[in-house]
Amino acid sequence: MSAVMIIRKPTRKWEKLPGKNTFCCDGRVMMARQKGVFYLTLFLIVGTCSLFFAFECPYLAVHLSPAIPVFAVLLFIFVMAMLLRTSFSDPGVLPRALPEEANFIEMEIEAANGNVLAGQRPPPRIKNVQINNQIVKLKYCYTCKIFRPPRASHCSICDNCVDRFDHHCPWVGNCVGKRNYRYFYLFTLSLSLLTIYIFAFNIVHVVLREYRSKKMFHVVSLTPHCTVLEVLVCFFTIWSVVGLTGFHTYLISLNQTTNEDIKGSWSGKNRVQNPYSHKNIIKNCCEVLCSPTFPSVLDRRGVMLEDSSSPTHSDASAASTHKSSNPVSQTTKSSAPLIPNEHTPDEAKPGIGAGTQKSTSSPKGEKPPSPTSPNAVAPAVIKESTH
Amino acid sequence: MVLQNKEFHNLQELRHSASLANKVFIQRDYTDGTVCKFQTKFPSELDSRIERTLFEDTVKTLNNYYAEAEKIGGQSYLEGCLACLTVYLIFLCIETRYEKVLKKISRYIQEQNEKVYAPRGLLITDPIERGMRVIEISVYEDRGSSGSSSGSSTTSSSGR
Repeated sequence: MSAVMIIRKPTRKWEKLPGKNTFCCDGRVMMARQKGVFYLTLFLIVGTCSLFFAFECPYLAVHLSPAIPVFAVLLFIFVMAMLLRTSFSDPGVLPRALPEEANFIEMEIEAANGNVLAGQRPPPRIKNVQINNQIVKLKYCYTCKIFRPPRASHCSICDNCVDRFDHHCPWVGNCVGKRNYRYFYLFTLSLSLLTIYIFAFNIVHVVLREYRSKKMFHVVSLTPHCTVLEVLVCFFTIWSVVGLTGFHTYLISLNQTTNEDIKGSWSGKNRVQNPYSHKNIIKNCCEVLCSPTFPSVLDRRGVMLEDSSSPTHSDASAASTHKSSNPVSQTTKSSAPLIPNEHTPDEAKPGIGAGTQKSTSSPKGEKPPSPTSPNAVAPAVIKESTH
Repeated sequence: MVLQNKEFHNLQELRHSASLANKVFIQRDYTDGTVCKFQTKFPSELDSRIERTLFEDTVKTLNNYYAEAEKIGGQSYLEGCLACLTVYLIFLCIETRYEKVLKKISRYIQEQNEKVYAPRGLLITDPIERGMRVIEISVYEDRGSSGSSSGSSTTSSSGR
């Protein structure tokens, strides 16, 4: 028998991460699974800008100023960098609890719940926490087996809990969360500027040609068709992107996330006021945009310590999909723990009618909150003692 | 069940001659918002293992480190502006402030483990390895001591 030397690449942790992300470049790049809309975004931006550089810029550089294309190039580079940074970085995914931690939390919950009679629904799992003198409810995530930190939410598309979850954006092909929110904001802001810039200079270009040719109403014969195309693309983009930028500027000034805004967490009389806001627009903006860059806690590129017998994936830069989460502990992904017919802690059955998984989501979509049933057992709340 | 506390003189001895009995998880303290801060409440499982003041000191020092990392001030503005101007390429060359503090934390935990916790049969896991959610303290017992209920021979994570 001849012994064959198999040189195995070390298994990196990203290959074993649960969740529905795809990883590229040996774990350096992290995105959602559906990337079609992201490619469309790339195509629209690169395509429109290429047309602008090819057709308008030479004319404008000569007849107006060479600074125009230079600034356009800088803006384009900034937009692409922000887009790629948003799309490829870890949004702030919270790793799932290891078995010991999960058991510890289960024991805590059971101790708080006391004896639940057989046949009775167990109470929903909520923890009350006081933050800046407001009571905030922390929900338990059955998929990740943790109590979600404040402002974290579970993305059903990526199947991860994300810290300071804003929304899942199909246009960038990733969740927008704590770590990449500022890049997302800068992307929308710079894209708005770029779109307005291109739109404006297309109009200027058309007007200039008209003026110089001293002929009126010869638009179709003189200007290339691509100018018209660019103007159309920019016109429709402006409405959506500028609106989105405005919306996010509003959210930043209030220190809110899209998720909280949609759910109405801090609005209304009976609701808690936003405990995270500094009540000062400048301070809120500074906190969101100028806070220190938070590191990823996922450790995608760490080497797995245990000896995995399966051969490692020979992945180059192709989107190598990670190993799917083991089906044994397949819990409901997107169920809110407030649904009373939720499965008991020990069983791992999906909740009845609770899986509201969104396949194609709107850019701001996440699961809608589910109302509590009046028949539920009074929630046994684990109160955090304040000090 | 009161078990004898054997003196473990270093981490190596701990790993070789002790078995993992239990893990205690120190949860996050959210009273000040979403900043990273851990509860200083002394867990009852550690009652017989370590002095309350030592434990509280460790957690308070860790909290101070995290507060320093997340502080929004002159340095973070400068770092943010510089990074934005260079299209965040500057992070290929330099470390962010948070990463520098995380290294300090890692050294501190290593030092605490060697000096304070390992001699008492305990081991702290860096919170970054648990998603900054908990401080995991592994409680070890000497394999030779009787009445040990845990049969698990796997040690806790040996770090990155």
